[in-house]
Amino acid sequence: MSEASGSLRTLEADAAARRIRRNWLLSLPALALLLVGASGPLLIVLVYSFLKPGDFSGVIWEPTFNAWFQILFSRDIFDDTIGLADAHLTIFWRSVRLSLSTTLITLLLGLPTAYFIATRSGRQRMFWLFLITIPFWTNLLIRTFAILEMLRNEGIVNNALIDLGVITEPLQILYTDTAVLIGMSYVYLPLMVLPLYAAIERLDFRLVEAGYDLYANRVQVFRRIILPIIKPGIVAGSILVFVPSLGAYVTPRVLGGGKNMMIGNFIELQFGQGRNWPLGASLSILLLFIVMAALLLYVRASSREEPHG
Amino acid sequence: MSDVAVSAQSITKIFGPTEGGLRALDDVSVDIRTNEFFTLLGPSGCGKTTLLRMIAGFETPTFGSIILDGKDITTDPPFRRPVNTVFQSYALFPHLTVAQNVGFGLEMRGKQKSEIGAAVAEVLALVRMEQMAERYPSQLSGGQQQRVALARALAPRPSVLLLDEPLSALDLKLRKQMQIELKRMQLETGITFIFVTHDQEEALTMSDRIAVMSAGRILQIGAPREIYNAPANRFVADFIGESNFLPAEVEGPAAVKLGNGASAPAAMPDGLGAGTRVTVAVRPEQIDVCPEAEGILSGTIAELVYFGTDMHAHIDLGDGATLVARVTARSDAGLEKGGRTGIRFATGALRVVEETA
Repeated sequence: MSEASGSLRTLEADAAARRIRRNWLLSLPALALLLVGASGPLLIVLVYSFLKPGDFSGVIWEPTFNAWFQILFSRDIFDDTIGLADAHLTIFWRSVRLSLSTTLITLLLGLPTAYFIATRSGRQRMFWLFLITIPFWTNLLIRTFAILEMLRNEGIVNNALIDLGVITEPLQILYTDTAVLIGMSYVYLPLMVLPLYAAIERLDFRLVEAGYDLYANRVQVFRRIILPIIKPGIVAGSILVFVPSLGAYVTPRVLGGGKNMMIGNFIELQFGQGRNWPLGASLSILLLFIVMAALLLYVRASSREEPHG
Repeated sequence: MSDVAVSAQSITKIFGPTEGGLRALDDVSVDIRTNEFFTLLGPSGCGKTTLLRMIAGFETPTFGSIILDGKDITTDPPFRRPVNTVFQSYALFPHLTVAQNVGFGLEMRGKQKSEIGAAVAEVLALVRMEQMAERYPSQLSGGQQQRVALARALAPRPSVLLLDEPLSALDLKLRKQMQIELKRMQLETGITFIFVTHDQEEALTMSDRIAVMSAGRILQIGAPREIYNAPANRFVADFIGESNFLPAEVEGPAAVKLGNGASAPAAMPDGLGAGTRVTVAVRPEQIDVCPEAEGILSGTIAELVYFGTDMHAHIDLGDGATLVARVTARSDAGLEKGGRTGIRFATGALRVVEETA
């Protein structure tokens, strides 16, 4: 009896081991692709950030921390004194500020939208979700140029405002931070709406009734019941908007002109006209770390929201 | 305080268009007395939950009004009504602890922290959940969640507590136990309970009075014994407990002639002339089996169904009708499938009931 069960276990263990071996073999191509396609380039970027810039482009294979140093400090070209790199700080601050503003705006617009969609009947929901996803079908560059058309001095926004008599002179919206903010909010709004929709759709509206029953008015029900329960959706949407906003390239380039750079544009500059590949590389790594920090915050926030026990 | 806690006056609720919409409640009027355990009993779709939701404030009647403690609250939102609900699904807030759930209503009413703490402790003791105050709902069993839902609704000391089939998700043993506890809590708190259920046994166990509902109407209101012993019509007789129905003909003021011509005493409403075709109802436990010669009716035993304490004998009367008699398992001697048997009725067993459409 015990012998039989013992041999049975061995057979099971054998089968499990064989299954694991087979699964490893099957996933090998994907793992190789990930290694070569994702980790490889990242490793090159990391190595480049510790090298010296070449005279015209590329790098000179001499190890140095110069690029990392340059992110925050600059050496005066005349007397070699070391000071803070104000221009860089301005760009970082603008990137963070615009990304946070974009997140906030998309959240404020996305929450009622998602709530509206989630409370429709089945077929209507599909229709509204379909409308939300339509922008994904068109190239980002083309959509950004469409926004540019609308915002420019002779664009429909200014023309409409002048025709209505609200203003007499066209507003200079284009090539300002406002234009970038409008563009990014437009581009990333669906990324906010979809996770919010998923969270609100799962919300048990009987809890809302229970709230009303226990003397909570509309505002209290929203703050004390709906908001905490859909918080994971809010965090997910915020991360999905904040992360790409921080690395945005096309929108600030087209709508912000050359002056209102964000980190993404600044990195591109280092690999182009700036001819400082190591600085571009170190900035990229820094951006990566900021994004990872944001994701870590998300994981911690959402794991605390998991059902207890 | 008035004697009537809640008064529903000529309530009609139509879902959809007023003309041709779904009539969930049809001119329902009922007075629920202060401090009573009142049960709305009926099959699903009879309108009992709709009526409860109207008292809670989640639905507005199409016509009619709801009076609570003498005040018209028909159009008040739920958060302005001194009424709390125990939901069928419990609807506990998953992100709050047991104590926070129970204190929620008091907090929304702007009570002081210390006052909330004391009230929460008291009501958790009432439902015997003191040990679980810091747990989250997902860490509780179904029965425990049920107790928390009850505590949460009781904590603000509502003038009326509404219970929407709160025991239906529990298993039988737990349900029986909770029935007794619910009754105890109602007596201890002195709060008016309005209980909705489709389980007649539950209704009979706990209620002071029961309203039997069907198809948007109240068919009968009365104490459990009254409803069981004197059902107003065929639906009530059938829905509460078990009943056999036999065709009969009125013979005199308190007698009917049965299918085989035998005459038997029967309770009946006034004004039925001799010769009127009627239906008589009789409970299985009011039927005695006896030797064939001694019976008022006789038949063939078609089926014997054993269920522990008792046995049901299905007796084919030969004219297409079948009667179910309840026989105690000890006295089943002599009964066997296919055998002939006589039938007698206990005194007052037969009752003429109104046919319901």
